[in-house]
Amino acid sequence: MEPWRKTPFVFLVSFLPPALWLGVFFVAPLSLLWLFSFGDKSGITDIELKWTLTNYARALDPLYLGVVLKSLWIAGATTAICIMIGLPVALVISFAPGRVQPWLLLLIILPFWTNLLIRTYALIAVLRGNGHVNSVLEWLWHIGDGILGMVGLGDYGLLGAGFTPLALLYNDGAVVTGLVYVHLPFMVLPLYAAFDRLDRSLIEASLDLGAGHVRTFFSIIAPLALPGIVSGVIITFIPALGAYLTPDLLGGADSQMIANIIERQFKAANDWPFGSALSFLLMYATFFGLAMRGIFIRRGGEGGRG
Amino acid sequence: MLAQNDPIIRLKGVSKFFGAACAVDNVSLDVMHGEFFALVGPSGCGKTTLLRMLAGFETPDTGNLFIDGRDMTGVGANRRPVNLVFQSYAIFPHMSVAENVGYGLKIAGLARDEIMARTAEVLRLVKLTGQEKKHPGQLSGGQRQRVVLARALVMRPAVLLLDEPLSALDAKLREAMQLELVHLQKTVGITFLIVTHDQSEALSMANRIAVMHEGAVRQVASPGELYEAPNCRFVADFIGKINLFEGVATMHQKDRVRINTALLGEVELTGTAQGAVTLAVRPEKIRISSERQTQLNIIQVRGKITDIAYYGGYSNVFIDIGAVQPLMADITNAGRNDMSTVAAGDSVYCSWRATDTLLLLD
Amino acid sequence: MNIIKKIFVQSPSGPLDYHRRWPLRAILICILIFMYAPIFTLIAFSFNDSKRNIVWHGFTLKYYEKAFANAELMLAFGNSLAIALFSTLISIVLGSLAAYTLWRFRFPGKAAYEGAMALPIVIPEICMGVAMMAFITRVGWPQNMPWPLNLGAITIAHIAFCFPFAAIVIRARLQSFNRELAESAHDLGASEFQVFRDIILAHMRPGIVAGGLLSFTLSLDDFVITFFTSGPNSVTFPVKIYSMVRFSVTPEVNAASTVLIILTIALTAIALRLQYRSQMTEQVK
Repeated sequence: MEPWRKTPFVFLVSFLPPALWLGVFFVAPLSLLWLFSFGDKSGITDIELKWTLTNYARALDPLYLGVVLKSLWIAGATTAICIMIGLPVALVISFAPGRVQPWLLLLIILPFWTNLLIRTYALIAVLRGNGHVNSVLEWLWHIGDGILGMVGLGDYGLLGAGFTPLALLYNDGAVVTGLVYVHLPFMVLPLYAAFDRLDRSLIEASLDLGAGHVRTFFSIIAPLALPGIVSGVIITFIPALGAYLTPDLLGGADSQMIANIIERQFKAANDWPFGSALSFLLMYATFFGLAMRGIFIRRGGEGGRG
Repeated sequence: MLAQNDPIIRLKGVSKFFGAACAVDNVSLDVMHGEFFALVGPSGCGKTTLLRMLAGFETPDTGNLFIDGRDMTGVGANRRPVNLVFQSYAIFPHMSVAENVGYGLKIAGLARDEIMARTAEVLRLVKLTGQEKKHPGQLSGGQRQRVVLARALVMRPAVLLLDEPLSALDAKLREAMQLELVHLQKTVGITFLIVTHDQSEALSMANRIAVMHEGAVRQVASPGELYEAPNCRFVADFIGKINLFEGVATMHQKDRVRINTALLGEVELTGTAQGAVTLAVRPEKIRISSERQTQLNIIQVRGKITDIAYYGGYSNVFIDIGAVQPLMADITNAGRNDMSTVAAGDSVYCSWRATDTLLLLD
Repeated sequence: MNIIKKIFVQSPSGPLDYHRRWPLRAILICILIFMYAPIFTLIAFSFNDSKRNIVWHGFTLKYYEKAFANAELMLAFGNSLAIALFSTLISIVLGSLAAYTLWRFRFPGKAAYEGAMALPIVIPEICMGVAMMAFITRVGWPQNMPWPLNLGAITIAHIAFCFPFAAIVIRARLQSFNRELAESAHDLGASEFQVFRDIILAHMRPGIVAGGLLSFTLSLDDFVITFFTSGPNSVTFPVKIYSMVRFSVTPEVNAASTVLIILTIALTAIALRLQYRSQMTEQVK
């Protein structure tokens, strides 16, 4: 690596264009948003910069606080489910024979490459009132009803008068399902990386000393893979917190998350200062999460080989 | 331009610092036209830094650098009449052999016909005719080296610099390549300057050698001179194998000096010295015998053979003479039916001519 | 007897062969089914000859025909492709320059530069989307420009978040570059620019191609940022599908979605193949 002064012209030619682009088309818009967050709506389209914190304070209003808490709850549930599913999956993949591993990883990643919109839309078709899950359940209901009929219990309405489809869509559950569906690879990959780095002999030693597999997992594997687990948790939780499309398409009226509120401020409600404040709160949460992750990685007890 | 006896490379007081560490310490050196010159020294002695300064990849912090009579001290690497063959070859992986060799000529703006002609000529020289269209991935290590040699030679530089050219080759190939490089240099007639940590390589290939240690040049001489007349303890020890003895010298007569040593007793030699000195003798100068020698002007010491390392044509014999290090002596196994007259455990007398003893002042 | 044994009895599994244990295997298979079933049904039902899209009625391509005949949808698709193309071209230039800067030079504020480059990747898309929207209206970006200039705002926003991704891929490729190749070219007389053009660029190429394909896919797929920077005259494919989805689930949407899926997977597969192949050829050296 050379000091830039050695060939200043070359340095400037390669340094400036990306820097300028980021400066003008990324940092400037964000700075504008930041300024707006301290502003006040004066008129329909004007915003006066008053250096006020009222917009941030509004986030603590019970109305909006509820949404924030709900977002945290949904993101948290998503992360928890992702861990429960991701751990065994990552475990299986990391202990599979070497030739098979890349293929398994590819299988997990592949859905990630399809458009988010399309994946969410596909879930709608599966979860809605007359969607695939309910169709299968209805089919099973008919079978069950038929069997009951054959056995002579048909008139008692044991399974109900008619099939009532499960309300799987337009509620918090649907949002969580959708978020898990989208973010699972983000959990599996860091977990896989952490398990892959583990020193196998430590596990074997634990088993040799008499601990069962479950005990070994909680006493040996999990603690050593902790940095990877924390990493996976953070890069699942933070994006889930800022999700827009999934709650918008899959959620009900009361399943709004932070991103949906922000969108409303900028489109329908036309309250840009408040929307900006919320955006920045979300960004601060993101940076905080990444900083935590950075600390954990640097501290990262490797529990690795050798 | 230059007269034939002017040096093609002249370094005057060149130093280079990396931070606080001094990599090259006030080096002044001349390399003559048509020489095969070698820079040797242990790793970290500054030879590679010196080479890179010659090539133009580092700038000296002090001093001047003249190539072909012109001051090239601040001149960039792409404007010097020298070319460097890298230790790792640095062959361009995405170009064919012909494209690699012709690259410098293309940059120089030569016409296509001339590029093709010169490329063909130099490929003939390095014995790679017919390989023009191959890509580096299809070549062996030795072939790749020839490609980068050709690539540098086709530029007709005033000096060809080579950084550890033989280090990546296995032993047999290394010997063959040594002879080839010498032959190539004679054919082409330009000055070659190689850097190597292997002193035996330098001894066999070079006309003149500079021995470097901790950034400074300790001695510049022909291989024979370096071997038989090293000017200091470091050079004596670095080049070839040698036996060293500490002693204290006092002047006896005008040019006779008496040295008092622990192991050899009192030794008298021709020369000038005072105070702490080191005496040295090369292993092949030592004669081993079961009887005490009585000639004049020899130095003799008694000991017990501890080890014999047999190498077929010769043997290294290690004798315990009461010092920390055993005395090393080489004997040639000249006759096929000569039974070995010495064996481990024998008590022997080791002797050598006094004139074969080196007197080193530091 | 022995043959039967060989067929039915596998070699005993070791204690660490988690992939062999049936409960874990079952979980893995269930998860894979969970992940792929919705997509497969979506693709399958794009061929379903039924408006209501639940029961299989017969194989048909008519919804594909319908999708291709939908002028607005096709316009949106065209817009998406144009945006993706322009933003990819500029992204790989900016990404290459950024990667080169970070690989070659030491300079004050380098950490800040790296951090700023990482920002578009980590911040929530909604934040970037509304920021761009605020910027566009505030700056007074001209509306109602002819095609393709009316896609300018979207393209600029896409470039801002695509080129850091390209930069990462290209920089990774540069790490494996042997600096002595550049020195050697310099030694043979090449100027800075010639060394870059003849030697470094050739090495970067697989990274540039992979980065370009990545940028193209990211741009093609993007919804949130585009949603905030597009207008009624500059609708992109994902935005158009979004509006169709809000209304209903129809096979036409399935057909359009399937096309996008296949396009994305094909491009990513090509990118991977190129990465793999360039790694293979490197090993010979």
